[in-house]
Amino acid sequence: MNKDIYILGIETSCDETATAIVKNGREIVSNVVSSQIKSHERFGGVVPEIASRHHVEQITIVLEETIQKSGLTWDDIDGIAVTEGPGLVGALLVGVSAAKALAFAKNKPLIGVHHIAGHIYANRLEEEFSFPLLALIVSGGHTELVLMKEHGQYELIGETRDDAAGEAFDKVARMLNLPYPGGPHIDKLAKVGEDTLEFPRAWLEEGSYDFSFSGLKSAVINKIHNAKQRGENLKKEDIAASFQNSVVEVLTEKTYRAALEFEVKQVIVAGGVAANQGLRTALMEKFAPTQIPLSIPPLSLCTDNAAMIAAAGMINYLKGKRSSLDLNANPSLPLS
Amino acid sequence: MNILAMDTSTQVMGVSILKNNEIRTEIVTNIPKNHSVRLMPAIEQAMNLVGLEPKELDKIVTTIGPGSYTGIRIGLTTAKTMGWALNIPVVGVSSLEVMAYQGRFFEGYICPFIDARRGMVFAGVYQWKQNELYLVYEEKNISMEKVLNKLKEDGMPVLFLSPDMKIHEGQIKEVLAEMAVIPEQPHQLIRPGFIGLAGSKKDPASVHELTPNYLRLAEAEAKWLNRMKEK
Ligand SMILES: [Zn+2]
Repeated sequence: MNKDIYILGIETSCDETATAIVKNGREIVSNVVSSQIKSHERFGGVVPEIASRHHVEQITIVLEETIQKSGLTWDDIDGIAVTEGPGLVGALLVGVSAAKALAFAKNKPLIGVHHIAGHIYANRLEEEFSFPLLALIVSGGHTELVLMKEHGQYELIGETRDDAAGEAFDKVARMLNLPYPGGPHIDKLAKVGEDTLEFPRAWLEEGSYDFSFSGLKSAVINKIHNAKQRGENLKKEDIAASFQNSVVEVLTEKTYRAALEFEVKQVIVAGGVAANQGLRTALMEKFAPTQIPLSIPPLSLCTDNAAMIAAAGMINYLKGKRSSLDLNANPSLPLS
Repeated sequence: MNILAMDTSTQVMGVSILKNNEIRTEIVTNIPKNHSVRLMPAIEQAMNLVGLEPKELDKIVTTIGPGSYTGIRIGLTTAKTMGWALNIPVVGVSSLEVMAYQGRFFEGYICPFIDARRGMVFAGVYQWKQNELYLVYEEKNISMEKVLNKLKEDGMPVLFLSPDMKIHEGQIKEVLAEMAVIPEQPHQLIRPGFIGLAGSKKDPASVHELTPNYLRLAEAEAKWLNRMKEK
């Protein structure tokens, strides 16, 4: 009786040109990601103008592959969901323009989606949500704790006041001359290193769920600098392990405290840094004695993709939330 | 033959519907920024005015640059995605070439340009001969000084067309004096009807291969290439 709902998602907020089709908000029908990592590697980070140039070259190619792989026709598609923000404005605009063109040409509802809502809903492609739910989003652009009491309702309870966790990873990786993106390399080194350097943990005010990583970054710089002046050589592995432990301990502890305070029924971790082994292990150990289930999606759904945008867009679709053809990219779109 | 033409490559935004190369409607704004907000509603309005459904379109023509990087991408992404979804050809035309259509009856050179900051312009030189538009000097990212010196050497009367005329008008008059013809502002803006006309003479490329013509590398890329050369 109830017809299946298919949402086509588009995500171009940073350096991945991605489109996907998701059935009923839970089942990936097709999911295509064209990564630009190779193009940005030589610059040691994402260059916004170059990201935008790639998006406009890739967008119709990626869309075509998504439709072809799905085996569906346009008649089957119920709505077009697109990341409207936050992100790089020039990059977002390519996705938003494409989504509006599709919505108009094919007469489909247009649905703007918040990028973070997308990261959270990536988890629902694996496992149904239980509310209230706490989500930790950690990536190169985000470090947030979000409380959800029901579908499509987001309460920001903590966020970074300076660098995102992934940004801190990339910066420290650069200090250690590791290739871009640096996060996975730090993770690997940390596994064999030891936490000997006693870097600070930024707990901030009592009860705060906010984060701060710029002090830690400075501490790492100073430690390396001072050691050099004394003619000592610090082991890269130990710097990595000490740095990563500081980040992971704060992320894990704050997530744990928030989960208890708000009596959540589920904790989910999302974003590119969710791939970090150190973080995964620490969170699993911390939550093991509790009855709170912890979900971390597979790596392919942790990093930016459009299936998560389609999955989040499905909720807006069901709630009747539509965007009009004057939808704009909003680089600092607030959640909720 | 129903053609949808669009342009967001400068601060002017234009949309037009042509039927058999005749303009049925034109919408033009000259408001800086936020083309993203205005383009799709303007397309919808133009189509409604003419009473066309998207599926009745036969072709889309869009400017592919030079101009504002972001602006070019908004128009081109919209045109490419619509063309792909409707399975109709998409033609890309130069924003400077379309400007040169304003000089259809000018005897002499036509120099359309777009300001590219710090004394630089995106410019080319065109000429109408026997009802055809010819490219005299290819479009380049070049200093206005060089353009003007070259045109002075040639000694032909030149019609200058640009949405950014105010920035360069003084220098043009200084170097070329009476050789330069600078019309009033309404003649300077890209008219979307001409985009359709220019596109009707060109073969469509594959939608996937249609890419912007920025005439300039991204800054980070140019710097990187310089570093590689130094090494
Ligand atoms: Zn992301």
